[in-house]
Amino acid sequence: MLSKNTAPNLKVREPMTDAQLLMTITIAIFVAMYGLAMIFMGGGFLRTQQLFDLLNDNAALIIVSCSLTIVMIGGGINISVGGVIGLTVMACALFLNDIGIQNSGLCIFLTLLLALGIGLAFGLLQGFLISYLDIQPFIVTLAGMFLARGLTTILSVNPVKVTHEGFLTLVKTKATISWLGYTAKNGNLIPAKLEIGAIVALAVVLLVYLMLRYAQLGRHIYAVGGNQQSALMLGINVKRTRFMTYLISGLLSGLAGFVFLMHKPAGNASVAMRSEMDAIAASIIGGTLLTGGVGNVIGTFFGAMILATIQKIIALSPLNESWWQEMANGAMLGLFIMLQSVILSNRGKRGKAKVQAAGRE
Amino acid sequence: MQGDVVLSMRGICKEFPGTKALKNVDFTLRRGEIHALMGENGAGKSTLIKVLTGVYEKDGGSIHVDGIEGETHIHSPQDAQNAGISTVYQEITLCPNLTVAENMFIGRMEGPVVHWKDYDKRAASILTGLGIPARPRQALSSCSLAVQQMVAIARAVDMNCKVLILDEPTSSLDEKEVEMLFTLMRDLRGRGVGIIFVTHFLEQVYAVSDRITVLRNGELVGEYAVKDLPQVELVAKMMGKALDDMAQLEQFDQKKAPGQDVVYEAERLASVNTKPFDFRIRKGEVNGFTGLLGSGRSESVRAIFGADRVTGGRIRVKGKDKKIASPHDAMKSGIGYLPEDRKRDGIIADLSVRDNIILAMQVMKGFFHPMSRAEMAKFVDEYVAALNIKTASSETPVGSLSGGNQQKVILARWLLTHPDYLILDEPTRGIDVGTKLEIQKLVLKLAEENMSITFISSEIEEMLRTCSRLIVMRDSNIVGELTGDELTQAQVMKTIAGGGAEA
Repeated sequence: MLSKNTAPNLKVREPMTDAQLLMTITIAIFVAMYGLAMIFMGGGFLRTQQLFDLLNDNAALIIVSCSLTIVMIGGGINISVGGVIGLTVMACALFLNDIGIQNSGLCIFLTLLLALGIGLAFGLLQGFLISYLDIQPFIVTLAGMFLARGLTTILSVNPVKVTHEGFLTLVKTKATISWLGYTAKNGNLIPAKLEIGAIVALAVVLLVYLMLRYAQLGRHIYAVGGNQQSALMLGINVKRTRFMTYLISGLLSGLAGFVFLMHKPAGNASVAMRSEMDAIAASIIGGTLLTGGVGNVIGTFFGAMILATIQKIIALSPLNESWWQEMANGAMLGLFIMLQSVILSNRGKRGKAKVQAAGRE
Repeated sequence: MQGDVVLSMRGICKEFPGTKALKNVDFTLRRGEIHALMGENGAGKSTLIKVLTGVYEKDGGSIHVDGIEGETHIHSPQDAQNAGISTVYQEITLCPNLTVAENMFIGRMEGPVVHWKDYDKRAASILTGLGIPARPRQALSSCSLAVQQMVAIARAVDMNCKVLILDEPTSSLDEKEVEMLFTLMRDLRGRGVGIIFVTHFLEQVYAVSDRITVLRNGELVGEYAVKDLPQVELVAKMMGKALDDMAQLEQFDQKKAPGQDVVYEAERLASVNTKPFDFRIRKGEVNGFTGLLGSGRSESVRAIFGADRVTGGRIRVKGKDKKIASPHDAMKSGIGYLPEDRKRDGIIADLSVRDNIILAMQVMKGFFHPMSRAEMAKFVDEYVAALNIKTASSETPVGSLSGGNQQKVILARWLLTHPDYLILDEPTRGIDVGTKLEIQKLVLKLAEENMSITFISSEIEEMLRTCSRLIVMRDSNIVGELTGDELTQAQVMKTIAGGGAEA
């Protein structure tokens, strides 16, 4: 057996891992769903702007889904992200209105720092409690969620509209890509527009992808999520790694809050309510396992896009009621989880059969 | 420190609440030797290893590692790695969701950015050099256990470890894989690595080791060169008594003829994991299922107990038709089952010894008929004494007991329900020689008392000693049934291999 062993060949194409398979399924479903919408609903779906609008409207969701994916790969959970977004939106709106000097770029920059600061504070505190004091992540972040919602209400019970001119200019600033535009009935070319928030979200997806794939920290997160005990034995600083996942998650939640405000410049006590659940759903549909160790932000991105597409389709259909939307989301999630487990278990059986067949030779 | 000593541990002490796990233990490892660390369960082997690898902090004593001035302080697995001490545990401590190459380098990569190509290349050359059949980019979970273990060793070797600890590396490997591992171990010995080899398999110790250190009850018994210590003496030293037990068991060998009443009978029984098979067992009979790992022997008994989904067949218990679709049905019909994987299917580690023992009986009685504390205590004390379970008290969580004692707790659980038919799947795996003998004796005694028993073990000698009928399986098929004079190792091997007359 040993003599037959040839040098491991790096050029051999490894079979697709379960994780890659799940991600491929997600992307395929998104493409299929969008394709069907183009065929049956036509109209807006035939224009690039529709796709861009999905990105514009869901930039914050995409960012916060990435943050959740990181935590979930590390074997944790963070349900405070929606609360942190709400708090950030409210705090930033008040900061811009009360303290802000109109038209000052510095002021906007300070607001961004404030948003990141709030996220960081939550990340630090929760990460510390979870990884160093070893408290259940679900409980810590549940407490975090209540704290954030409570603080939001203390800041202001009433809705707050941003009146800061500089910021409002920023809100209106959009990247225009004319060749992706379409020609309106009156013959004017209407270019496709992408908001800054959407660009930020795409950048976050890319950065988090690179971090998870090529940074030592990213690989450590996978290892810790895969098997915490093993990771410890392999010399990985498990506590610090887990801590970092919550810290990054907090920071990204703060950023998501800022992006949210750039899309809809107003704050109120129920902003981004339950967005943590959407983010968890997006991660799971994207192929992230709640048990940790498996996942990918590219999948998560498409998971979020699937949710966004469902929302859009329902909004454009006669069923435009919020309960239809929720039921469709729920059905999608259930369907996807079933699909995942059926495919994975079939694959497992096939794999076993192969091994057995090889053994008999 | 002498030139060829790579590791010396002096006067190591470690105390846990209630027990002194290590009392003044010395251990010396030399360059380029394979040094077996032996002892029964609970003798302190694992504790000593864990002190050395930084999982536990020692309470007293000193550790010196070659090349490091003064005492070496080890507070974490990381410290141990830095001191050149690497460990490969029984349970693979790698991450199954990562690739082979990653598992070899993670935790010790340089810089914040991972250069996949470099690591894949380095992994490829190490794997080739050591003759390990794995591809760097393969997901670890797609490798066999043996290969995973070898990947762990490759990782250790690449870290220039001076001390390599192999903790029960062979317990889940088949013979061919064990031989591969030994080849690798000898190769490493040639390169000057000091290897500490912890195992329960005596033959393996003699096949590969140079030196043996024996522990008993947390104390050092002694250090011996392999050639000066015959196997019988080693066992005696581990157990701390002469081996008349072995002889005693031989006397038991007068297996009494089983009664004529059939206790359990299955016709064309099949589950999701088995092909249909016929099976019957008489009152007071000890039979066994044998075959290689994966031949379907465990799956068959799981089907009998209803632990896997039953898909067909007729079952008669004591002549009456019964439907056994779940473990609960089986228990009601008087069948008990001690599972193969005690960690997964058997013990509930966080519950106390008492609760674990009472469990099956409570299920039988129904949860609406609680037992009084006094009643429970009576039963538990009786069985703790009868099976000689070593535990601080009946309140101790089972998880903190040694493997052999955990096994006895599960056994007590089933005995308490007074089953007519008891299935023991690998009851002696991973436990020490003394306890193994105790369990074998117990099996024969129970059979004398008219209990029917199915006994499964990977060690054929053990089955030959206890069973009066052996069912031989291969590829999920029953390929032979051996009784009487046919019960010899050679015949079993022949039947497994396919040369049996009845096959």
